[in-house]
Amino acid sequence: MPGIVDTLLYIAIIVAKILVVFGAIMLHVAYATYFERKTIGHMQVRLGPMNVGPHGLLQPIADGIKLFFKEDIIPAQADKPVFFVAPVISLVGALSSLAVVPFFEGFAIANINVGLLFVLAMSSLGSYGIILAGWSSNSKYSFLGGLRSAAQVISYEIALGLSLVGVMMLAGSLNLTDIVRAQERYPFGMFLLPQIIGCAVFVIAAIAETNRSPFDLPEAESELVAGYFVEYSGMRYGLFFVAEYTGMIIMASIGIVCFLGGWNGPFKIPYVPFAWFFIKLYVLIFIYYWVRATLPRYRYDHLMNLGWKVMIPLALFNIVITGILKVMKALP
Amino acid sequence: MPTAFLPEEYLPIVIFMVIILAFGLGTLAVGIVLRLRRPYQEKLLPYESGNPPVGEPRYRFSVRFYIVAMLFVIFDVEAVFLYPWAIVFDQIGLYAFVEMMLFIAILVVGYVYAWKKEAFRWD
Repeated sequence: MPGIVDTLLYIAIIVAKILVVFGAIMLHVAYATYFERKTIGHMQVRLGPMNVGPHGLLQPIADGIKLFFKEDIIPAQADKPVFFVAPVISLVGALSSLAVVPFFEGFAIANINVGLLFVLAMSSLGSYGIILAGWSSNSKYSFLGGLRSAAQVISYEIALGLSLVGVMMLAGSLNLTDIVRAQERYPFGMFLLPQIIGCAVFVIAAIAETNRSPFDLPEAESELVAGYFVEYSGMRYGLFFVAEYTGMIIMASIGIVCFLGGWNGPFKIPYVPFAWFFIKLYVLIFIYYWVRATLPRYRYDHLMNLGWKVMIPLALFNIVITGILKVMKALP
Repeated sequence: MPTAFLPEEYLPIVIFMVIILAFGLGTLAVGIVLRLRRPYQEKLLPYESGNPPVGEPRYRFSVRFYIVAMLFVIFDVEAVFLYPWAIVFDQIGLYAFVEMMLFIAILVVGYVYAWKKEAFRWD
């Protein structure tokens, strides 16, 4: 029967696509840690990792192998099932957003019509992992870290969701491929200029959503040790780590798709259709590290004030402005 | 035979999630084989800078967290209301704009009320 063969072929192609994207992103996650240590090292006039391989290039692989062999310590009073499942929830929440990101024209694992909504839903799923980890570890640091982190993530999620409404208005779609196509008639092929307020809110909210410095309160080393994953060790800790760095890559990808014109660039690069996407991705990841090396950590009350009293009004203002410009037909 | 609605575009996502789950559980399972395990009582204590832990770990926490959670529900629902409006904005035009400005204005009243009641204050 040709029907079954076709279906199997269809599924095999999907699996192949997924494995390629998954492998590529895992490699990026591994080398994002190396890139981070090198960037921050040089910004602090240090060298960063130098010993494992030339210029420390094999350091991420050594770290991965080390995590595999580390003892997996489960605190005696921990709520074991929850403790086991929390990192996996974090990982699924962070990684499954990759399925809708269009890395180049016509390439997305799942080109669904509610792509942006799917990404927002999955990124909120990650906060379950955080709060369950904090709760189940049975440690004061974890508990406080989990609470703080959950409060921070849900506060900035509103600003994040609202900052993207302007993009939806301009593109008239939630499909990420359509959003990129809609940007082609705007200056530089980007929504950056007409959505400059939205973009600013998005960048700040994205840094807070991924719990990165200067909003890394949940894992503020000087007060909470490591926040919600204090009690995690070995590969369980590794899964949280992968989830965090994948979260950064996802947020950067959404920024690229919604504000920076996706796979389009000033000129075509032959044979490498995803070149511009990844160039933009590396620049945004660099900005994450640059911000981390430059700014001191926020205080928790300042953080919540910024989220509720500045980011949300700004995002609403952006929606109103975009609406007025749209009604006046001032936009292409 | 009536055909069931099959959201076919979502199949890759399901497969992807299965692969992620397999990856997550697989790395943990491989870890069980590879790593050593020598637990003893001190190692299994919750970390508290080396001292024996004092008191209950799940102590009473600030009521502010509840307020944030409630505010989140209100504002997130509002954001969800804005999405469909934003998508069809081009097709409806001025009417949708006026309608939505009214919605946002009503919301801002609630927002200002919450602000005045110091729901956003954190100390």
